[in-house]
Amino acid sequence: MSVFLSLAKRFSVVIILMLSIPPATVFALQEGHGTAEKGAVEKKFNATEVIIHHVLDDHIWHLWDHGGTIYLPVIVYSPEKGLEIFSSHHFYDAHHNTVEYSGYKLDHNHIYLTESGQAVLDLSITKNVAMLLINATLLLLVFIAVARGYKKNQGKAPKGIQSFLEPVIVFVRDEIVKPNIGHHYEKFLPYMLTLFFFILFGNLLGLLPGAGNLTGNIAVTLTLAVITFIITNVKGNKQYWSHIFWTPGVPLPLRIVILPVEIIGIFTKPFSLTLRLFVAITAGHIVLLSLISLAFIFQSVTVGFVSTLMVLFVTLIELLVAGIQAYVFTLFSSLYIGMATAENEHH
Amino acid sequence: MGAGIGAGLAAIGAGIGIGRIGGSAMEGMARQPEASGKIQGAMLVIAALIEVAALFALVICLMVAMS
Repeated sequence: MSVFLSLAKRFSVVIILMLSIPPATVFALQEGHGTAEKGAVEKKFNATEVIIHHVLDDHIWHLWDHGGTIYLPVIVYSPEKGLEIFSSHHFYDAHHNTVEYSGYKLDHNHIYLTESGQAVLDLSITKNVAMLLINATLLLLVFIAVARGYKKNQGKAPKGIQSFLEPVIVFVRDEIVKPNIGHHYEKFLPYMLTLFFFILFGNLLGLLPGAGNLTGNIAVTLTLAVITFIITNVKGNKQYWSHIFWTPGVPLPLRIVILPVEIIGIFTKPFSLTLRLFVAITAGHIVLLSLISLAFIFQSVTVGFVSTLMVLFVTLIELLVAGIQAYVFTLFSSLYIGMATAENEHH
Repeated sequence: MGAGIGAGLAAIGAGIGIGRIGGSAMEGMARQPEASGKIQGAMLVIAALIEVAALFALVICLMVAMS
């Protein structure tokens, strides 16, 4: 009985913490839309615009109205004007409209030169880049602590953050990497672990209120998929390439037909990896934001209450999806690498 | 309106797919309760994959609805 009570107490703390996420997200959503221009006409709440704006990248990090905006640095390079670094604050006037500054103008979050209208090389620290740096810092902090723990507790039972992450690390090694890559799996294990935890932490960070959509950015997922693609094809052994270009066990005319299909197959693998993670995370965020926007569209407290409950439920699903998408990306990566380095087929 | 129909069809597709997975998983678990842990794990992963396909259609419908 006391076990049940302590369990219930722990769960109630967790549930109360989770119930605070939707209101915090609602709070984050509320700023800037309809309350920014005091004295101006109150803009009608445009759900589509708000949702798309929250899912895409941005040069500023807007946390709350009136002082809660972080103006991230803009770093642009163009052959005409060279490298310039300035705060994105210059691009916004007092009423949060975009203005032209020093020969650059901001159009739908892309920076162009004012005279020629040409695009510039935009290397700014945008919201997603800042999230990426936060994610990387978090990964470094956590895993250096884990590694230090292992060094200190050699031969002894794990303690602290070691014991929290060890089951997950062992899960990735024993369920994802070892069965799919087989022998020599230790060479690929660092990359697989990094991939798994980068995607997992990125997904989870993106669910926090006010956070940027890191793994829902197709450039980020494309980079991860391209790294897997490079590793697969560089480590591909003779058997792998001979299966693609000269499929054994198949009559000759069919081999000519299979050849373009196999070549396309090399590229569909990173393509599917990219799209899967990007769509899962972005669509999850869009669903969450749409449910929150319901309260603003209907402008009613009852709808707000119902939408908070629905958002709580969907957030729990999104937590599950965060873990599953990290697992699936790592699983498919190790499958592809395993297929490319497989060594024991006899014909 | 096309976007709305598309989103509805995507939901139907996801519903059918996940429903079938759930049904087979239930059947498998009923036949062999010892394997229920593995079946549950595999079911969740495959449901996520199907969900991604449905959400992909949803995103395309949203893009159509907005432009």
